[in-house]
Amino acid sequence: MTTDGRVLPGLLDTEAIRKDFPVLDRLVHDGRKLVYLDNAATSQKPRQVLDTLNSYYERSNANVHRGVHVLAEEATALYEGARDKVAAFINAPSRDEVIFTKNASESLNLVANMLGWADEPYRVDRETEIVITEMEHHSNIVPWQLLSQRTGATLKWFGLTDDGRLDLSDIEQVITEKTKIVSFVLVSNILGTVNPVEAIVRRAQDVGALVLIDASQAAPHMVLDVQALGADFVAFTGHKMVGPTGIGVLWGRQELLEDLPPFLGGGEMIETVSMHSSTYAPAPHKFEAGTPPIAQAIGLGAAVDYLSAIGMDKIAAHEHALTEYALDRLLQVPDLRIIGPTTAQDRAAAISFVLGDIHPHDVGQVLDEQGIAVRVGHHCARPVCLRYGIPATTRASFYLYSTPAEVDALVEGLEQVRNFFG
Amino acid sequence: MYQDVILDHYKHPHGRGLRDGQAEVHHVNPTCGDEITLRVRLDGTVIADVSYEGQGCSISQASASVLNDLLVGKDIAQAQQIQETFLELMQSRGRIEPDEEMEEVLEDAVVFAGVSKYPARVKCALLSWMAWKDATAKALSSTTPEETA
Repeated sequence: MTTDGRVLPGLLDTEAIRKDFPVLDRLVHDGRKLVYLDNAATSQKPRQVLDTLNSYYERSNANVHRGVHVLAEEATALYEGARDKVAAFINAPSRDEVIFTKNASESLNLVANMLGWADEPYRVDRETEIVITEMEHHSNIVPWQLLSQRTGATLKWFGLTDDGRLDLSDIEQVITEKTKIVSFVLVSNILGTVNPVEAIVRRAQDVGALVLIDASQAAPHMVLDVQALGADFVAFTGHKMVGPTGIGVLWGRQELLEDLPPFLGGGEMIETVSMHSSTYAPAPHKFEAGTPPIAQAIGLGAAVDYLSAIGMDKIAAHEHALTEYALDRLLQVPDLRIIGPTTAQDRAAAISFVLGDIHPHDVGQVLDEQGIAVRVGHHCARPVCLRYGIPATTRASFYLYSTPAEVDALVEGLEQVRNFFG
Repeated sequence: MYQDVILDHYKHPHGRGLRDGQAEVHHVNPTCGDEITLRVRLDGTVIADVSYEGQGCSISQASASVLNDLLVGKDIAQAQQIQETFLELMQSRGRIEPDEEMEEVLEDAVVFAGVSKYPARVKCALLSWMAWKDATAKALSSTTPEETA
């Protein structure tokens, strides 16, 4: 129940869930309870994931795919088992479509590089166009700027509406017959907007362009079904979904992974090597040069197990209820302006705002003194700040263990910020 | 960390606004978007004016105001000594407790000692000081020896 006596529908049993996350019991700044609202940056990790990492290192640590000894076989089974778990989690038609990377940035860069080196019909060159959006994380802007600079391709993008949505009114001018790739974020890390995948995918398919979806802020929070999305590639990262850092995923359609050239060369990605030339292993190994992040992949497998046991639909419902409540309460804070959609419809649980002319750094610092962890800055999405004429925002982002009481703590904290700088 | 002196300078900044100068620089703190445009006007070896315009958090804005108070009217060599002392304090990670000697050099700027415990905020406090150092070097190289003599 909330402070004003409301009962929010669809909340999870956070009392039980929070017991799985040791860090949430931490006291900070002279005994204040930690209120962790920086989940869009990274999530906390449950005991189940930490135990899996420990157990792997204590019992089964070995390099994968090579040795014939017990540990090597165990490590390989665990690593490849994690691939099976991730494939099931995103409803991939085949486990061989799941490539482990080190993070979502690497996944996005991988696609940009595949296309830069690809032959027809995928090749990106000076005659062709790349399409992104103005709400992308820098990791889905810079790789395309690099590709555009290196190939001469034209980089285009969708702008934003005043209420924080993609402006698709000119979709037929933005995505054209020249478009080779459309890469966009499913859920914005700064605005919280959930983007309309179907309209974009349909237009891209009409003109024969490939579609890459950055699902970094979606995979942790909602059911992610790569077949339903209809994209060609989907990228996300492990550490935002209760997994360890150092592990990301690129899902790609099998025939594309077969056709497209490798990016990094090295061990593991080959079939045969001579001093003159090499042939490559089939996907996914073709794209996993060198010793992979073995423990991290296994940890991600445990994270996926943990989330699946709770249910992604239930997690989404929990966050939807919390988002609705948080928006409602935040909009009542004087001088507070939400940057992004102000209703919970097609909106996720990352909420950015500015508070009068108090700089977000100062907001964040005074909240921190009260034990409340938020993110301040441009959130690696500086074009969004430029679009809305602000230097930075304060962002609170919720997850499966977040509670209405934490929303209340944030609102009370903001009152203190206003008193302090008012 | 938020001493009254800092809040006072933040709410009522000294010397804000851009005025004439021999050199202008624009510095940004890419992690948080704090920005400052700063001009230095030298009169011989004396700092005749430091003018600035910027946006950012209370720490970065107050620090620029304190800098203006401290450095305008000083000889360049003395100002450089103040800048170096401030830099040393800010990079101390809270380990330096300013003594009387340091207080004499830094005056109001000693209140930033508390900021040095917050690694994320040290850059905010240093933004204007680094901009000043850069602008002064530029001003010195753009003026002829006769002018600065």
